[in-house]
Amino acid sequence: MTLIHLAILLPVAAAIAIGVLYRYYRKINIGWLALPVPLLIAIYLATLIPAVSGGEVIHETMPFMPRIGMNFDIYIDGLSLLFAILISGIGALVTLYSIGYLSQKEKLGSFYIYLLIFMTAMLGVVLIDNVLMLYLFWELTSISSFLLIAFWHKNDRSLYGAQKSMLITMFGGFLMLGGFIILYLITGTFSIRGMIEALPLIQENQLAPLAIVLILFGAFTKSAQFPFHIWLPDAMEAPTPVSAYLHSATMVKAGIYLVARFTPIFAFNSLWIWLILIVGLFTMTWAAFNSIKQNDLKAMLALSTVSQLGLIMSLLGLGALSVSTGADEQLFTAAIVAAVFHVFNHATFKGALFMVTGIVDHETGTRNMKKLGGLLTIMPISVTMTLITALSMAGIPPFNGFLSKELFLEAMISIGNAEFGGLSSMSFIVPALAIIGSIFTFIYSIRLIYDVFFGKRTYHLPKAPREGSAIMLVSPAILTFLVLVFGFFPNLLSGTIIDPAVMGIMDSSTSPETSISHWHGFDSPALWATVSIVIIGTLLFISRDRWMFIYNYHKERFTLDFAYDQLLLYSRFGSQKLTDNLMNGSIRSYLLYIFGTFVIFGCLSVISAGMSIDFNNLSPVSIGEIIMVLITIVTLAVILITKSRMVSIIMLGAVGFAVSMLFVFFRAPDLALAQLAIETIITALFLVCFFYLPRHSRHEERIRFKLTNFLVSLGVGVLTIFIGLAAYSERLFESISQFHIENVYDLTAGGNMVNVILVDFRGFDTLFETLVFGIAGIGIFTLMKLNLNRRGNKDEEHTEESRV
Amino acid sequence: MELIIIILSGILIGASVYLILSKSVLRIIIGTSTLAHGVHLMLLTMGELKRGNVPVLDAEVSSYADPLPQALMLTAIVISFALTAFLLAVAIKTYRELGTDNVEEMKGVPHDD
Repeated sequence: MTLIHLAILLPVAAAIAIGVLYRYYRKINIGWLALPVPLLIAIYLATLIPAVSGGEVIHETMPFMPRIGMNFDIYIDGLSLLFAILISGIGALVTLYSIGYLSQKEKLGSFYIYLLIFMTAMLGVVLIDNVLMLYLFWELTSISSFLLIAFWHKNDRSLYGAQKSMLITMFGGFLMLGGFIILYLITGTFSIRGMIEALPLIQENQLAPLAIVLILFGAFTKSAQFPFHIWLPDAMEAPTPVSAYLHSATMVKAGIYLVARFTPIFAFNSLWIWLILIVGLFTMTWAAFNSIKQNDLKAMLALSTVSQLGLIMSLLGLGALSVSTGADEQLFTAAIVAAVFHVFNHATFKGALFMVTGIVDHETGTRNMKKLGGLLTIMPISVTMTLITALSMAGIPPFNGFLSKELFLEAMISIGNAEFGGLSSMSFIVPALAIIGSIFTFIYSIRLIYDVFFGKRTYHLPKAPREGSAIMLVSPAILTFLVLVFGFFPNLLSGTIIDPAVMGIMDSSTSPETSISHWHGFDSPALWATVSIVIIGTLLFISRDRWMFIYNYHKERFTLDFAYDQLLLYSRFGSQKLTDNLMNGSIRSYLLYIFGTFVIFGCLSVISAGMSIDFNNLSPVSIGEIIMVLITIVTLAVILITKSRMVSIIMLGAVGFAVSMLFVFFRAPDLALAQLAIETIITALFLVCFFYLPRHSRHEERIRFKLTNFLVSLGVGVLTIFIGLAAYSERLFESISQFHIENVYDLTAGGNMVNVILVDFRGFDTLFETLVFGIAGIGIFTLMKLNLNRRGNKDEEHTEESRV
Repeated sequence: MELIIIILSGILIGASVYLILSKSVLRIIIGTSTLAHGVHLMLLTMGELKRGNVPVLDAEVSSYADPLPQALMLTAIVISFALTAFLLAVAIKTYRELGTDNVEEMKGVPHDD
């Protein structure tokens, strides 16, 4: 247990404390108590930067469940540290912001508990080396995200969004676990470090592509990549601080983290590379395209997040592409640098944008862009922040988004120059998609600024608009400030954060010595790409009324959301139908399932294991026994055939007496006595009950009904005979009877072995048997006394029965 | 002898399953009784039949029949009796409340909804 373990667990501990305190102190905003937690962790993690950027890694092990290989192993390199700092840093800002955003009337206790649980989960995901623990925390993020989206649980849309996000991310997470297990089977370790060391094994193994696909399912569902991106817009029903934190800055980046973390393991495989590259680029373009038409500010930002995540994903794919083909070392490094840098930048500008959107929503009562407009003079601070951050998102100089966007464009354009085998003729698609996606990004960023703050002032807002409170403005202001700082001085980051993270992704020990500059010269293709993006984007934005109609062709019925809803609906119907058919309330069906399963599995095991029957060790047969056996069979047949209840009851008694006679032959006098006594009582009991039961106790049964019953019972009977014969012939273990026989006098001073076993050797069994007997008696008594319909009945017989 | 008894208990168990699957409550109860007989015989046979004397300590006898299955069965016989008695009580009560002893008809009778 080191300080790092404590840092991961601190938020959960704080959550428990807050849960207790919230019951007693309602006057102060509980958020102030939650705020120090992420702040402390952020400061602690910041102290690790010098060591980690010097190339050091921190590896702490702590056994948690060592028997199954599930250890609480911490592994911190540049990559983990980057994400951990983002999680705790943005976490602190979001907590501060939420203090202003949520009113005291909300259930603040639950909110901060969920938020802190999420922090632990997310820190666990990025800092832990053991894939089983990683999976545990991964699912914990899904659960806390579910709780946070459903925070306003009286709202149906919130519940819908929460369920959707949970179903999709858990579906992916579960598949990811399968991928981890395959990797374990290949390498024999659950540690990611161990897997990297066992890389040759993975490269040779045929199961590796399956593991890749399964793990990418996890990453793509979590990071909202096409076609799983549909959960993110619906997750926007969460309170805005949650959207800013989970659904833009941290949780959705878990998939990015996973892909980056597994790049050293899977980069050799072209399936990994092309899936990431193509899915990422397509997601980026598709989501950006759809983002333009949104009228809800948060929906627009959600799709924008999806698009930006696609961008980062594609960069990671490109990086892996170069490392596998060994094409261009420079290109590879550039792509990874761009990915890491953009992870950081996106967290800053998108976090700020979400928070400003929250302020607009909070102060005007709506986030519909059709209703908003002309807020420039009313909300000057928010306008400035939106301007800076949205332009950064659009990739306009001199903000930090421009820098990473330019690195992105450069990497994507130079893919054409690299030698990638037979795919070179298709490689123009990659830069084309990148540029088209960037144009859409530019358009929606401009629309976001223009429609809310410029344009005609609207007056019919639910609330009179005003600037947000200071406490809400602080957090976005800090993030905007960061956008500016890292825009002007990007090399502040390159040595401290970016290089170590790139080393972590590449699993190399040499620093790439990144130096990010604003100006690459006139011959840089990325410059001209940016210029053309701005020009085309501006033209399209001005003329948007003329071409926006194309969105109308996008019919509701062809969307993925519709498909998801239908799938959910039909799976619900299907399972309902299945359950109704299987669990139809008839005991006979259940018994048929039980006996049928018994027969099927019994036959299977007889076939698979085989059986040998040994008839050597049999005792002689006497005439008396044969007679008793015949009596039993005949009476049994009579029971089966007869229609009269009287006959069947008497025959049942006859079976019992025949069996007790057999006990006499088999040297079991105690059994015979007990059986005789009990058989007498049972027959008497049946006759007593006779009076109360209907006269015609046999019901019409159709042939099919009888045939099924007959076949099942025949199967059970035959199988029992087989099992009995097999068990009798093959004795796997020595009997323990001899112990009882030998020690009967020494240990218990008794002569009758059966009795001694009952009351001494197995005394507790007998005690509990008495208990069962007592319970049956009480059951019978209460059943008879129970008066369901309040129809009076006071028959003597029932009390007599319970006495028996 | 063991062979015969194993087959007999198989027949008993098969017939009991057939009875248990039928519609009438009374037949189901008879089925559980005969099922118990079948199982008891099977258990006893597993300890080998008719080897040695009655398991009561005797200075002149050196070989005894296996006492362990007998002890277990003694418990089982009593429990099966308790079960039969309880089932009979349930049968009477359900017949009185629902007016039928046909298990197929029981499930359709008064529902809450």
